[in-house]
Amino acid sequence: MNLFQQLQLGFRSLLLHKLRSALAVLGILIGVTAVIWLVALGEGVSYQAQQQIKNLGATSVIVRTVKPTEETNREAGSRSGISYGLLREDYDRILANVPTITKAMPMREINREVRNGEFALDATLVGCTPDYFDINRLAIDRGRPLSAADMEYLDNVAVLAFEVAQKLFPIEDPLGRAVQIGEEFYVVIGVAEQRTASAAIGGSLAARQYDKDVYIPLSTFRARIGDQVITVRGGTFQNETIELNQITAVVNDMKAVDSSADIIRDLLSRYHKSIDYAVVVPKELLEQAETMRTMFNVLLLLIAGISLLVGGIGIMNIMLATVTERTREIGIRRALGATKGEIVQQFLWETVVLSGTGGLLGVAVGFLCGPTVTLVRTTIAELFPEVWRTLPPNIRDLEPLLAPWSIAAAFGISVGVGIIFGIYPAQRAANMDPIEALRHE
Amino acid sequence: MSNAAALDMPHATRDVVASVRNVTKVYRLGGEDVHALAGVSIDFHQGDFVAIMGSSGSGKSTLLNLLGCLDRPTTGQYFLGGNDVATLDDESLSRVRGRYLGFVFQSYNLIQQLSVVENIAVPLAYQRPINPDGPDLCLRLAKLVGLSGRLGHRPNQLSGGQQQRVAIARALVNNPHVILADEPTGNLDTATSIEIMDLLDALNNAGRTIVMVTHEPDIAARAKTVISLRDGKIASITQNDKADG
Repeated sequence: MNLFQQLQLGFRSLLLHKLRSALAVLGILIGVTAVIWLVALGEGVSYQAQQQIKNLGATSVIVRTVKPTEETNREAGSRSGISYGLLREDYDRILANVPTITKAMPMREINREVRNGEFALDATLVGCTPDYFDINRLAIDRGRPLSAADMEYLDNVAVLAFEVAQKLFPIEDPLGRAVQIGEEFYVVIGVAEQRTASAAIGGSLAARQYDKDVYIPLSTFRARIGDQVITVRGGTFQNETIELNQITAVVNDMKAVDSSADIIRDLLSRYHKSIDYAVVVPKELLEQAETMRTMFNVLLLLIAGISLLVGGIGIMNIMLATVTERTREIGIRRALGATKGEIVQQFLWETVVLSGTGGLLGVAVGFLCGPTVTLVRTTIAELFPEVWRTLPPNIRDLEPLLAPWSIAAAFGISVGVGIIFGIYPAQRAANMDPIEALRHE
Repeated sequence: MSNAAALDMPHATRDVVASVRNVTKVYRLGGEDVHALAGVSIDFHQGDFVAIMGSSGSGKSTLLNLLGCLDRPTTGQYFLGGNDVATLDDESLSRVRGRYLGFVFQSYNLIQQLSVVENIAVPLAYQRPINPDGPDLCLRLAKLVGLSGRLGHRPNQLSGGQQQRVAIARALVNNPHVILADEPTGNLDTATSIEIMDLLDALNNAGRTIVMVTHEPDIAARAKTVISLRDGKIASITQNDKADG
């Protein structure tokens, strides 16, 4: 018998028990679909994470101020308050001592109310240099970014994040208008483009939301707001002095990132008594994300493998029933010249037809992953808008990515499962005594 | 006429197609040896029509299983197609069945999900090399047994006699040396039995060698030679007087 005849025979035998065969196919279909969907979702998540990390800049080293623990505060602090974090000196030292760094951007941030008449908003006031927009790949929607001249003349100018501009100036054009921050007024010179939040992988860097930012020159920040932050907490004043919240250093070469990060760590540890800073290397995050992705995929494959295993057991079950039912046919074929090997082949082809059909249908359903996710998303957004709004943006924006390897692997595994779980029933069929089999009622 | 040599004599000029020599078959049943066959020797010649008779337990089914290469003798030799097949392994026995033997069973043993013409073609699937004229041959055989109008029918759409005709056509498709028929009329009424025996007669007249097991004397009477078995041994060999013998 040639391949076509074998397949045809397999299909015809299976069609004798349509429901039974359909259920076995369903088992494999679910397994294959599970592999493809889970991998697609996993790839989607990791793609998102990678994009976010890339936005941080693969060649940059980020140093953040971290508030020390309470105990160290008490030791180091004085009655007038505590002082911690990165210093303007640190910035100078990094620039002077790390030769691989092409540019560095100091930054200071604080939460302040920003107001335009009756419209008010709790915003993050970010003091930065003109490099900020370049390094963070933040494009300007209207107007212009901060300039070196703004820095030099301590101008009261501000660039608003897209959402801030929308809230404070719902009708008018914000350019050229003033916003009030504390006692001061700042002229809006630009509006940034919309930007999704960046990654929060590694723990030392919180997810950075860009949609509440108001950017002013760092020099202006220092002059108008200063380093001291006085907050009232539990009835007592807390006086904190912070010079810089973050320094972003850009290294000239990807290969030099790790060594530059080491030098920076070294440099900082020499001048800081307590660990009131954290060095974050986006490239490391990228590598971490890569490792996570691999682990995630292995886990998903394990889960999907289990479902395929269950499907395989289903196939074995129906094939054992089939073999018993068709004992007579096996006896006839053996008497008419079929070898054991040919009987094994016949039944194996049947299981391969079963699992292969399940595999193909599973791949077909696998391709529906994208539309299904879109459907689920719009359904949730329509029916439960409150729930939708509480979902993190990572989930709201998740786009599954079909991985070609997962389709090939899922289909291959399904056929493999058919063969593996078909061998035992087929062997059992082949090992029947033809005389007994012919006598079987 | 109680030995094999006597059987040989009238046909001495014809080729021996199958020959068993001193075959025995011993089963162990409940710790006791059962001698199903206790030394049987027979030669089958081209064009023989042999009926094997005997009461139940006489060893006729065992002999037919040995002749059909479905079982191996405990001792003795079985020459088929010029080779001793008594000691062949399972795979070679399958090949021997497919090449030299045709089977006709009491209960027809057609495959239910296959059509008439597909049932006739089943042995061809196991022929090496593949017969290129297979499909054509199946149609000719269906016509020969008078079923050319029912090629697409399933076995359950046919009468018993028609099913047995399909089985006979199937037994011919590999051009076997010997056709082995196990109670071919056992499930059929008298009229249909006669039709089937007429068909076997016609095949025999065309030169086919047929070995048939039966317990019905009037069916056995249609054969040229009747071998009676008793207790695993040949009890008698009778030549029927047939005009065309």
